[in-house]
This record gives sequence, C-alpha cells and structure tokens, in this order.
Amino acid sequence: MKTRKTWITALLAVAPLAAQAALPAYAPVTDARLATPESRNWLSYRGNYAGWGYSPLKQITSDNVGKLTLAWSYATGMKEGHQSPPMVNNGYMYITTPNNQVIAFEAATGKELWRYQKSIPEELMQLHPTNRGVALYGDRLYLATTDANLVALDAKTGEALWVKAVADWRKGYYMTLAPLAAKGKIMVGSSGGEYGIRGFVAAFDAETGEEAWRTYTIPAPGEPGGETWPGDTYKHGGGSVWITGNYDPDTGIAYWGVGNAGPWMPDTRAGDNLYANSTLALDVDTGKLKGYHQYHHNDAWDWDEVSAPLLIDLEHGGRKVKSLVHAGRNGYLWMLERSNGPIGFVDAWPYVTQNVFKSVDKKTGRPTYDPAHTPGTDKTVSFCPSLWGGKDWPPEAYNPQTGLLYIPANNNLCSELTGEPTKYSEGELYIGVALDNILTNVRMGDAARKHVGEVQAWNLKTGKKVWTHTYAEMNWGPLLTTGGNLVFGGGTNDRKFRAFDASTGKVLWEYPASSGVIGVPSSFEVDGEQYIAVQAGWGVDAQRMQGAFDAVLPHKTVVPQGGTVMVFKLAR
Amino acid sequence: MNRTDSPPERLAGEPPCATRRDTLRFCAGALVGMAAGLGQTAIAAEPARARPQPGDRLVAADAEGTPTPLRLADVSAEGKPLMAVPFDAATGTVRDGSRLNKLLLLRLDPAAMEPSASKHAIEGVIAFSAVCTHQGCNITEFNAEKGLLLCFCHFSQFRPAAGGERVAGPAPRRLPMLPLKLDGDVLVVADGFTSRPGATL
Repeated sequence: MKTRKTWITALLAVAPLAAQAALPAYAPVTDARLATPESRNWLSYRGNYAGWGYSPLKQITSDNVGKLTLAWSYATGMKEGHQSPPMVNNGYMYITTPNNQVIAFEAATGKELWRYQKSIPEELMQLHPTNRGVALYGDRLYLATTDANLVALDAKTGEALWVKAVADWRKGYYMTLAPLAAKGKIMVGSSGGEYGIRGFVAAFDAETGEEAWRTYTIPAPGEPGGETWPGDTYKHGGGSVWITGNYDPDTGIAYWGVGNAGPWMPDTRAGDNLYANSTLALDVDTGKLKGYHQYHHNDAWDWDEVSAPLLIDLEHGGRKVKSLVHAGRNGYLWMLERSNGPIGFVDAWPYVTQNVFKSVDKKTGRPTYDPAHTPGTDKTVSFCPSLWGGKDWPPEAYNPQTGLLYIPANNNLCSELTGEPTKYSEGELYIGVALDNILTNVRMGDAARKHVGEVQAWNLKTGKKVWTHTYAEMNWGPLLTTGGNLVFGGGTNDRKFRAFDASTGKVLWEYPASSGVIGVPSSFEVDGEQYIAVQAGWGVDAQRMQGAFDAVLPHKTVVPQGGTVMVFKLAR
Repeated sequence: MNRTDSPPERLAGEPPCATRRDTLRFCAGALVGMAAGLGQTAIAAEPARARPQPGDRLVAADAEGTPTPLRLADVSAEGKPLMAVPFDAATGTVRDGSRLNKLLLLRLDPAAMEPSASKHAIEGVIAFSAVCTHQGCNITEFNAEKGLLLCFCHFSQFRPAAGGERVAGPAPRRLPMLPLKLDGDVLVVADGFTSRPGATL
C-alpha cells in the first residue's frame, strides 16, 4: 500500500512537468544521421547532403493534397527576405529570419521555445538582408550572420556558446548562407562580390570555433589559377560563396558554387578568372582544392554560379554517372561527373532562352561567346538570360521516385548593360555599371510579356523536359519534392504557395500567403503526422526584380513584406 | 527567452590599429577611452567618428591630400550630387571614421523647395545623410528629371525638395538633413542631423 501511494504521489508530482515536456530530449545530430537522414526530420539546408530538397514522406500525396490546411503560423516580426527552410530534429524546429535572428519552435504546435538575435552593427549596409538557415550539428546550431560572424548556439536553450568573426564586414564581407556541417567542421562562405571582396570557403572547429582552413575562390599569383588574373585584380575579384555546399560522405569532398568575378566588366580583368563562376571540390579535412569546373570564363553578365550542384547517381548516355547537376544562372543545365578529386564534364544544354554561348566544347564544356552579347567597358549590350539568370539562388529539387529534376526558372527575360570605368574603394560598391542602368536593366520581348517564371521538370537520363508550368511574371520559389509525388514552391508576386503533381506538373493545391513565398520549403513528421513547412516573406532580389519589372511594365505590383512561418498538414 | 549578443567590432586577432590612419583615429580614441574608463564611449567620442558638429566645414569624400573646405560654387547646379564628409577645421579632423557621416550635397532651385527643405538649405544647397534609412546602403544617385534620390539596394526613393521625404520603396522614414549656413562662401554645418542617420531596424 505504501509503495502504491508513493508511486501515485510521484506520478502526480511529475504530471505537470510531463504536460509541459511534450518534446523528447534533444537528439544530437551526428555525421551518420546527416549522411542518412531520417525521413521524419529535415536536418540540413536541402534535407540531405546531396542537395536534393527531397522528403521521402508520403502521407501527403498527389491524391489528397487538396485537403492540406494550415496547422499553425507565426509572424516573425521582420521584413525583407525570409528564405531559410524550417529545419526539424525530432520535434524541434528552427528557422532564421533577416537581421540575424533564430527562432526555435515545437514543430507540431508552433509554440516558441526560444529566440536569439545577434545585434546588427549600426554602420552595416545590408544589400541582401536575409538568411538561409542554420546548420544542425551535435547539440548545437550554427548561424552565419550579415556582419560576417559565425555563432554557435545551444540547440536546447538558444544560448550563444561562441561568436567567431569570419571576415571584416567593413570591407564588404557578409554572410547569408546556411553553414555546412561535416566531420567536426562548420563550413561557410562569404557574400560581397559587389563590394570587391576576395571570396573564400572557410571551416571552423564545431566545438571550439577555431579556424581549421580557409580556401580562397580567387587564387593569388603563384597559386594554381593565379595566372588567370592580371596584376592585382585578384585582390578584389569577387567569387563570393553565398549558398550552402553539398557533400559526398564517401569521398569527404564538399562541392561549392562560386559567384561571378568582379567588377562586372570582363575587360577589367582579362583572363579566365578562375575560380569565379565555377563549382569547387574541396577536401573537408584540409580545404584542399581537389577539382573544379568553370561553367563560363571571364564573366560579363553577373551570372553567379553560386548554387552548389546536386549529387545524383544516374544513367546517362548508356552509362552510370555519379553526376553533379546544376541549373546554371547562365541558362544552361549542366551535368558533370564527380570522383575522388577531378570533376569531369558530361553534357550541357540550354533550359531557357540563351543568346550568349555560340558553342560548348563537347569534351571540356568550355563555351565560346558571341561578342555582340558580351558586355564591356563603354559598350552597351543586351543579352539573355537576364543578369538574374535562368535560375538565381532558389534551389532545384530532385525526386528519386520520379527520376525528375525540378527547376525554378525565369525564361524569356533579357538585360541591357552599359559598362563604365570603376575604381575600388573599401566597402563601396565595385560594379562598373551605373546603378540606374542596373535598376532598369530588364528587356522584355513578346515572349517575356507572355510569361517569365517557370517550374520545369527534366528527365536527366534522356535530357528531355517532361513538363513546364508557367507564370506570367517572375519565379523566385525554392522547390521541395516529396515521396507523395508532389512538388511544392512559391516564388510568385501573387503570394501563392503551390503543390504540383510531380509527374505531370498539374497544380493540385495553392494557398495565398501573407507575403510572397521565397523561403525554402521542408517536410517533417511528428507523431505519425506529416507536415509541410515554409516561410513567407518577400524581399531582396525578388523585390529587386519586381522593381525592374515595374520600371518597364505598364502596371506596378505591390507585394507586401513581413515574415510568417507556415506549417500545413492534412485536414482530418 | 530572448537572447541578444553584441558583435565583436573587429576581427579576432586583428590589431585594433592596423594602419597608420587607424592608428591616428582608433588608437587616439582608445587612449582617451582608457584614460576615462569609458569603453564604447571612447569610440563615440573619437573626433573622426563623431557626428557633424555646428561649425564643421565639409570636404569632398574622395578628396586626397590637405582637406579643402567646400564652397558654394563647388556644388553643381547641373543636378549632380556631390559626396562629402564633415571636417573640423580647428583640429584638422576629417570626420570620415563613420560611414554614418557620409553626406550628399545637391543644389536645387530655392523656389521649388518646400519649407521643410529650404529652412535647412543655403542658397539652394542642401545636405542629406547619404545613408538610406532602410538598410543603411549608400545613396549616391539623383534623378534630376524626376527630382528624386534613389537607393540602389532596395529602390527606396526620396524627394530632396520636400526635405528628404520618402516617396517610394521600403525605407520607413525620410532622409536626415544636415542644416547648412555660410561663412563667406564656405559651406558650414549649422546644426546636427535633423534625425538619426542610418538604417531603421
């Protein structure tokens, strides 16, 4: 009797705690879990190291997605670009917002657990006020900030464990990417090509924050590739890295995309300008450059090739290829081949209207250019695709069930630029095109006035496009695809977030959000229930393109700003 | 539970006085600060980073060599903006230690100015903070035809003849003005900024 009474007393004492503690103990994120992530979780920027943007969950399907309804939403209190995926680890959700903010939630209910915000230096100039998410590793989160710091947070409490200055924001370095975590290291790159930075990827010890290595994307004289930069131009050659790399755990190599060379006019830096506009293969242990592929040399079009290629093992041309697939800002869809080092070229073809490349070498992938569409100092030139490219940063998605690659594209759009002499001044814009020209760069022919934005689905085995969904104006919507034969994405100025049949492209469901949706969507499961999560929050380059459209179209479009986390599930 | 941390203002491991120019600016400020035991106040008190003071002159932002105070005639009547920074002639301090001191000078038709602008201008010359009130980007572009200042970063537009009023874009407030007067034909700061310069976060 006494034993029973004691047991009941103990149970009553614990009951209030149990009611509060709906979440399990935080499960540390290991290399093994990141390499083979559980389908119920979304542990990294694109859900897996290969960069697929794919969730195997299939409770929500192309048959029932019409019943999708809002489970909870949350106003972040911030304006500008909300682009981070809601990342989920066993019921804990983490999102980031502009202005260096991280918010932790109970994923199923939306209950706020904690909030962290790193203050912004008063003098900081935020050209791209956004953030694309944290890295989850061990029992910590890692945040890269617009004042170029790396912050380690306790995942359970939000306490800042260390803050590491990665670069000098006064010189134009800033960070917006989600870090990449692997092998005890947290890797980041820096934005700032518009300010004449010298780009890099750097790795930091996950425990201590000590810098492990730093590999510049722009080589100095005497280093391999250094001969592709005349004089001191490499010092301000751009090559920024502002999107998370993908990673092959079998080889220990991470693949990073590198931005355009700076300043914009190619005659200011005659040469190939390695490794701008390339993908780099970096050894995660040492930072050593093991291989590269430059998508196009001596860039003249502001075509950052900053999205990391997707790692997809497939059959192409009758053989098995461990491929690297990249929908280039230059308007070509690239298929490369990875190894334990060098990167090979397989194939490339245009996926949007492109009038710059006259040819692409079948063995090396090196393009030749039409000088009539190649800008230069004191030249006025038009070219397609526009300076925002066939696809800017919003990531593609790959679905192993359908075998299709999905691309958020902008087609039919062109630009016109006039190159001007420019001079480097620390922390100032270093572009070489008048700002008013950039603001009014868009050129729209008849095709563009019919439609610009697209979601494309490609069969990579055959190189054939399977379906295309078109939008009247732009598409800045990162894509998610799922085991339920679905593709999700927003990106349009009508604020809609949509679900497509992954096989046919038919729109099956759409939701009018409070702002345009340029966030990376994710999917997760808690207590046997599947959720789709994304942030609304229009801003940065989507808004910039909207401004350029407003300058040439007879109508103007207002897209309201303000971030909202949205989490959907099937209505019961 | 909300947590906020202040950023480190310099790179870890980087000496605080890396260049000779820094040495003159930062170290002098730091010494004053250490002597006074004031920490951050030392930086604010550093003359090159202090906000413009009444009596300051102005110098061109890209000028090299000995500072030469700007005169009325230096500001073009063609609608071209002139980028400038304050200059303490008494101590020879150019106040370019803070980018929040960046100024944009314009010459406008006095008859076209609203009272909110003309009361801070002198003979058509008006000075604005050259830092956008949205996200702190530099404002360097003036469309004379439309009479609008333009921010490259996010397309905010301001009307200088209406005292820097925001007319388009995401900026939440007008551009601060810096009241001017003349000493002979030399431009002189008459008072501090009309509101806080910099981003509104």
